Amino acid sequence: MSEPLPAWSLPADAVDRIALPRDWPEHVTRDWAWGGATGAGVRVCILDSGIEPGHPDVGAVQESVAIRMDGDETIVEPDAEGDVAGHGTACAGIVRTFAPACELVSVRVLGAGYAGSGPVLLEGLRWAVEQGFDVINMSLSTTKQKFAALLHELTDSAYFRRTMLVASAHNMPVESYPWRFASVISVGSHERADPFAFFYNPTPPVEFFARGVNVEVPWLGGATYVCTGNSFATPHISGLAALVLSKHGDLTPFQLKSVLYLTASNVGGEA
Amino acid sequence: MSEELRSAVAAGVLGAEEHHRSLLQSIVEVARAIFGAKASSIFLLDEANDELVFEAVAGEGAGTLVGRRFPSSTGIAGWVLVTQQPLVLENVADDPRFGREAAESTGFVPKAVMAVPLLHEERSLGVLEVLDRPQDVPFTLAEMELLAQFANQAAIALDLLQRARRAHAALADDGELALLARLAASLEGNEAGLQLLAALEAVVRGSD
Repeated sequence: MSEPLPAWSLPADAVDRIALPRDWPEHVTRDWAWGGATGAGVRVCILDSGIEPGHPDVGAVQESVAIRMDGDETIVEPDAEGDVAGHGTACAGIVRTFAPACELVSVRVLGAGYAGSGPVLLEGLRWAVEQGFDVINMSLSTTKQKFAALLHELTDSAYFRRTMLVASAHNMPVESYPWRFASVISVGSHERADPFAFFYNPTPPVEFFARGVNVEVPWLGGATYVCTGNSFATPHISGLAALVLSKHGDLTPFQLKSVLYLTASNVGGEA
Repeated sequence: MSEELRSAVAAGVLGAEEHHRSLLQSIVEVARAIFGAKASSIFLLDEANDELVFEAVAGEGAGTLVGRRFPSSTGIAGWVLVTQQPLVLENVADDPRFGREAAESTGFVPKAVMAVPLLHEERSLGVLEVLDRPQDVPFTLAEMELLAQFANQAAIALDLLQRARRAHAALADDGELALLARLAASLEGNEAGLQLLAALEAVVRGSD
């Protein structure tokens, strides 16, 4: 990555400093985008209910932290509890099926009670953005308006720092965040069984549809559930993003989103 | 005082909670019937204790579970409450931990759980669950829509129940509201009392 420019302008002698590779293919294909990729070198954060340690379908988890409230303060600490619901393990398992060699990090924002769930969610996302992950999978949202502005700042900050935030669209017709923000990739469900089938939506705010109905996923106690919901569609796109980034590490979120658009099943990818 | 206002205050004092509880019960009964499920429940968030409470149950567990409590942000219902996203899970009986917890909390081990948040304005009021829909037909997005519609109805009923409880609590204490409510309730059919109140109103207005 070139050194950032000092200001919001481009002096004539600085043009060379932002020279970009020009070897993009005439047609961006899935093979170009992620053919042969394993997710190696890509760090994926699962912001959810935790990840069960040692689940065979998830494999190694590089780090697990939990966010909790101490009075009015939020605290980030190593997570000893694992997964308090099963959902985070499911998301991690889906990412793993796409990107077997990626690094997984768990940020647990569940389990600290409903009352503090808003500040805990914000702190979890803030911590994750600071860590500079390549991809953050966020299969959750909040309807609370008072968190919207802060979430917006955080998602923009992630976007500018080359962290692709992939967020579940709401399954119900309600306003919630951060999936409605343009700096994230928002994901809804389609009903097909092919994990690599995904569709670009030309009428956002939901930008992509991925497999989200009757998906086999790892759950607690080594179990496998069959699950439905946008929260399971989301890690399909996170997994694909991890694959693309492991092959094309310099892509910005804008470029990555463009590659996903060009390889979507209803655009240039195989349906 | 109008007939409507008198009825409204009297209803706040008297049986509103019972009516809203019957409405919740009817919602879980219909949810169970429409999905052909073994059971359906509504959990209400008790904000003071940060716990979920069984508020209405149809099918398996009806009659024994109402009032039972569990943590608000763990397990499947907790995930749904906090993240405000619905979940549909099948093959859940394969998980020994879930099976044990479910058996303890519901009296049977379901094979499938549909759980949806009950959202009112910006808040999660609780969770609606439908257990063991028939497993011979795969789940569809159309069923997810239906589930969301039920949740919308249940959320409205739950909001009414909470309002009735707050009104009941306010009316049961020694405050000004309680005094007015007791007065309004005692005026039911009391002509002399109404005339006295009308005269009082004229005096109060005249002194403004």
